[in-house]
Amino acid sequence: MNDMTQTNLQKDLKIVGTRPLRPDGADKVTGRALFGADKSLPNMLVGRVLRSPHAHAKIISIDTKAAEALPGVKAVITSKDFQDLPSEFVPAGEMMVNFKDMTRNIMAREKVLYEGHTVAAVAAINDAIAEEAMALIKVEYELLPHVMDVEEAEKPNAPLLHDDMITIGVEPAPKKPSNVAKRVEFGFGDLDKGFKEADLIIEKKFSTQPVHQGYIEPHACLASVSEDGQGELWVTTQGPFVVRNFCSKILGMSTSQIRVTASEIGGGFGGKTVIYLEPLALALSRKACRPVKMVMSRQEVLMASGPTSGAKIWVKIGVKKDGRITAGDAVLKFQAGAFQGSPIGPGAMCAFAPYEMTNVRVVGYDIVVNRPKVAAYRAPGGPISEYAVESVMDEIAQKLNLDPLELRLKNAAKEGTQAPYGPKLGPIGMIETLEAAKAHPHYSAPLGPNQGRGVASGFWFNIGGETCTSININEDGTVGLTLGTPDIGGSRASMAMMAAEELGVPMSTIRPIIGDTSSLGFNFLTGGSRVTFSSGMAVVESVREIIVELRKRAAQLWDVSIEKVEWVSGHARLVGSENPKSLSLRELAEAAGKTGGPIVGGASINATGAGPSLATHIVDVEVDPETGRTTVLRYTAIQDAGKAIHPSYVEGQMQGGAVQGIGWALNEEYVYDDNGKLLNPGFLDYRVPVCSDVPMIDTVIVEVPNPKHPYGVRGVGETPIVPPLAAVSNAVSRATNIRFNELPLSPPRVLAAIESR
Amino acid sequence: MSKKHISTVINGDAMEFLASPEQSLLDILRDELELTGSKEGCGTGDCGACSIMLDGRLVCSCLVLGVEADGKNIDTIEGMGNGSDMHPLQKKFLEHAALQCGICTPGILIAAKALLEKKPDPTEEEVRYWLAGNLCRCTGYDKIVRAVLDTAADMRAA
Amino acid sequence: MEYFAPTQASEATALLKKEGAYVLAGGTDLLVKLKSRMLKPNVVIDLKALPKIKAIEKTTSGWWIGAATPCAEITEHEELTKEWPGVCEALGLIGSTQIQGRASLGGNLCNASPAADSVPAVIAANTICVIATENGEREDLVENIVLSPGVTSLKPGEFILGFKLPRSQGRSGDSYLRLIPRTEMDIAVVGVGVSLSLDKAGNLETIRVCLGAVAPRQVLLPDLQKTCIGKQPSEELVQTLVELARKACSPINDKRGTVDYRTTVAGVLTKRAFKIALERAQAK
Ligand SMILES: Cc1cc2nc3c(=O)[nH]c(=O)nc-3n(C[C@H](O)[C@H](O)[C@H](O)COP(=O)(O)OP(=O)(O)OC[C@H]3O[C@@H](n4cnc5c(N)ncnc54)[C@H](O)[C@@H]3O)c2cc1C
Ligand code: FES
Ligand code: FES
Repeated sequence: MNDMTQTNLQKDLKIVGTRPLRPDGADKVTGRALFGADKSLPNMLVGRVLRSPHAHAKIISIDTKAAEALPGVKAVITSKDFQDLPSEFVPAGEMMVNFKDMTRNIMAREKVLYEGHTVAAVAAINDAIAEEAMALIKVEYELLPHVMDVEEAEKPNAPLLHDDMITIGVEPAPKKPSNVAKRVEFGFGDLDKGFKEADLIIEKKFSTQPVHQGYIEPHACLASVSEDGQGELWVTTQGPFVVRNFCSKILGMSTSQIRVTASEIGGGFGGKTVIYLEPLALALSRKACRPVKMVMSRQEVLMASGPTSGAKIWVKIGVKKDGRITAGDAVLKFQAGAFQGSPIGPGAMCAFAPYEMTNVRVVGYDIVVNRPKVAAYRAPGGPISEYAVESVMDEIAQKLNLDPLELRLKNAAKEGTQAPYGPKLGPIGMIETLEAAKAHPHYSAPLGPNQGRGVASGFWFNIGGETCTSININEDGTVGLTLGTPDIGGSRASMAMMAAEELGVPMSTIRPIIGDTSSLGFNFLTGGSRVTFSSGMAVVESVREIIVELRKRAAQLWDVSIEKVEWVSGHARLVGSENPKSLSLRELAEAAGKTGGPIVGGASINATGAGPSLATHIVDVEVDPETGRTTVLRYTAIQDAGKAIHPSYVEGQMQGGAVQGIGWALNEEYVYDDNGKLLNPGFLDYRVPVCSDVPMIDTVIVEVPNPKHPYGVRGVGETPIVPPLAAVSNAVSRATNIRFNELPLSPPRVLAAIESR
Repeated sequence: MSKKHISTVINGDAMEFLASPEQSLLDILRDELELTGSKEGCGTGDCGACSIMLDGRLVCSCLVLGVEADGKNIDTIEGMGNGSDMHPLQKKFLEHAALQCGICTPGILIAAKALLEKKPDPTEEEVRYWLAGNLCRCTGYDKIVRAVLDTAADMRAA
Repeated sequence: MEYFAPTQASEATALLKKEGAYVLAGGTDLLVKLKSRMLKPNVVIDLKALPKIKAIEKTTSGWWIGAATPCAEITEHEELTKEWPGVCEALGLIGSTQIQGRASLGGNLCNASPAADSVPAVIAANTICVIATENGEREDLVENIVLSPGVTSLKPGEFILGFKLPRSQGRSGDSYLRLIPRTEMDIAVVGVGVSLSLDKAGNLETIRVCLGAVAPRQVLLPDLQKTCIGKQPSEELVQTLVELARKACSPINDKRGTVDYRTTVAGVLTKRAFKIALERAQAK
């Protein structure tokens, strides 16, 4: 694959880098686009989920007879309708999944492990009857003590969620089960030596709260399984192929029995990479032999779908007087939710990744608690660990009286730096984003009283993965492009742009669509900032392949060898200047019948070489000293995109990520009562930023090309949520002259600190 | 619980439907009339994805009963453009890339249109406060606000 | 559930005597409770077709605000907002633009939340409500309506027709401030309404200060007569008010705030709201 790289980096680009309208735009501004809950089928039933009212309890019995007998109820399912599955880990994006856990998460078996855990599901002819039926299901529970916090959960006498959980990654393996699922460690060098060399050592504990992805579209799907066992699933998801595989495994169906069509998706941010309703809807439909639609309420979304981990973090950094880091050490304890699988691995790997470290260690623990199982959320793990490190870096800058950007520049990772997680880094843009931040007028603008300016940098890996696309030259020379990665924020546009650039035709002649799982080979999901990178690579490869085919067809028409035909600006040309023969794409398409039939192509790849994307953010805040309320006054996000295919959508990612990070830093948190019941399962009290909460988010796109991509692309979707937590916290710390080490920086927390100053 | 017969005018067309008293107007629009452009992000008035105009007032259709709509005028995203000519806001949203996933977009467009009808020359702050009831998790609001301000400027010049 | 939209108050009071009957104004509280199954009414009586219930009128003695008038109509009323800026600002803070299109003063009051934004402001403004009963109408002070969270003093069959706001004449001013973590779309952690007037010498002639979200119901600060009337509005007086406000708080710890936080901020907002009301009065 990598032989095709670099070739376009120097070329004059006509389309890539411009800002055309998105191909799916009209549908989305007119209400025509169909999202997860927007589709219905004849004879459709409504599916609803009965959820646990308890945070932790043994299920003694479930009696569904009365519900089944209610007129209008067509199917009731419980864990009895699903086979048990053995423990088996498979990678899913930046996370791992285990089918033994997955089947228990979608439908509780022996125990319920969090409030909102599914215990049964019902399909009925309407919502009112489904609800009545749920009230008729009798579940007998034996209540168990619950645990919500990682430091409580790791204590020897803590309530145990899984009595067979032996910590992985500890030698020798512990004899007794615990809530600690896994220990990871990364690093190199000699910590003792490093800390001995230091002139200043700062050591600090931090805590962050779990936060929800907060996509505006709740989970929704529509399943239809026919009498012969053929299943169709319409679903809002980041990965239709992944959904198909998970569901077939859980339902004991073959892959070909399930065809998944991804609806338009109303936000995911990682939260729509896993399954909740999908296997339930399929199981209900299989039982009732009718289509079943299921849509979560907002309350269900917040109560039972994946947040990212809350965490406790300890960081110790040693520096010389000039700011050069001599050693860095960190311990991360991440909430996994009810089942193992927090983003502890990536979180630990990127904690110190923006810096060139000589002595470094990061130890991480994945700890289960009685909360919903975490799901990926934009750069999973990164914002949490880097928040702690970037906060300590800011404190170091203050203590040493150094400019925080200079401190970072002094330590910045660059091409050839050994990353704390092992490999040597390729070209990356840490220094470039820092220099751009220094040069930005925002950085030198004056500040008023009670105001503070915070900066922080962020690192994210980005991924590649399995990708497959197909391309058809239509009869009139226009182009059909079929992609397998749902378009969550404008990727149809970027794909069409790359295809048009390669083919030398206007973008308007390319029609990109998202195919269903029967139209393409396997595609890994939209996530890990991989779409523009991987699907982009596959698109470029498909186009290059089809250009060869087009040249072949022209050669046939001209009766010359293919070497005599070149492809220039959307035309086949006969090589040699004295002979001006040329055939347009349209002419070749019209002649296809004579030259061997339809002109089609495609590519299937397993993309490697994704390049890390680095960012530096600057934020100004004002803190009301009497109420502790923080106002964000100004924000600038600077990021290395490698190459911005469509700069508007790159900026959009940066702005959206920054604002999500502001929410995480200031106000988003779950409030549970003493019984482990969520008190704020709605947008009124789960406070995501609203329009009036934020200023314009200025963006600066830095382009340090990724040599492994034909246009130099790095992923851009995730990095922007990494810096804001620390940037905001650093700004509040500087505005108040108090170092904060807990998120969110809600008014009561900030005021309490001010008053005890 | 018998259903009530309700007569309305939706996007300029007379429309009748049967509503049971519990059904929200949003449910009626989406499930009975197949006008799925209005979205349900919360069902409790917090996200604005269900925004519509009810007798010329911007409201959350999830917090209106279907039976309340009797004799009323309703405007939804499906009626925002004029035939093949999209509303200037719709065009500007595309130009400015003011949407990513697009789930919030119908509600925001309806709300923004209501703003510009009331206030053709809003300040950035006025736009931000007017739209505070329309959550967008993707864009960080920047391009949305710019698109609204830019439309306002264009419409004033026109 | 049955739905009625009566056109006569007497019809409404009769319907309201049915088991499980609730009145509906803007529905921005009621429908949320329906959706979450907190309430399962048998009968919903939509008030919006009743005469004068969605009207704003200037009378000889003051202002009539129909109980179901949407906030947006109130805050768009130029003369009323000029005369009672604090009351109108409080109403303007309720929810979003969309919520404003439906939410009413009657609903905000009768939902009986201690955190309701308009209630401290209208109490400070010395507002009277007109109540429809089986035997006609009766009047009561707004401060007598809310008893505790979710509970009002209205008797079965009664509902509010509208509010009588006095004229705000002479050197008077009012204000309302609340604290929320975000800028919009939150329920008040603390709210403070102030209404005052000055005599010719600039001394306080009347003053009412009402706190929200710091007790099971709105708290009208007592004893202001003694401490404030006839006095110059000095920093010392402000400090006295701040202390009185903090003393009047008996809040709870909940998902929106702590006892300490609410108490401290009640003082801060009292100070700030007083200063705004004072400036408004002095400007007249
Ligand atoms: C997203 C959102 C944000 C909100 N933000 C705020 C906020 O910032 N501040 C705030 O204070 N509130 C807020 N609210 C709550 C609500 O909008 C207000 O309380 C509003 O004023 C209620 O008025 P309504 O007309 O919609 O009441 P309804 O829902 O119609 O009624 C509320 C209650 O009062 C009763 N009732 C209504 N009218 C009368 C009457 N005339 N006589 C007797 N009983 C009556 C009803 O039976 C019901 O029990 C918010 C609500 C939502 C959904
Ligand atoms: S669905 Fe109506 S406001 Fe969210
Ligand atoms: S574009 Fe996705 S929520 Fe606004």
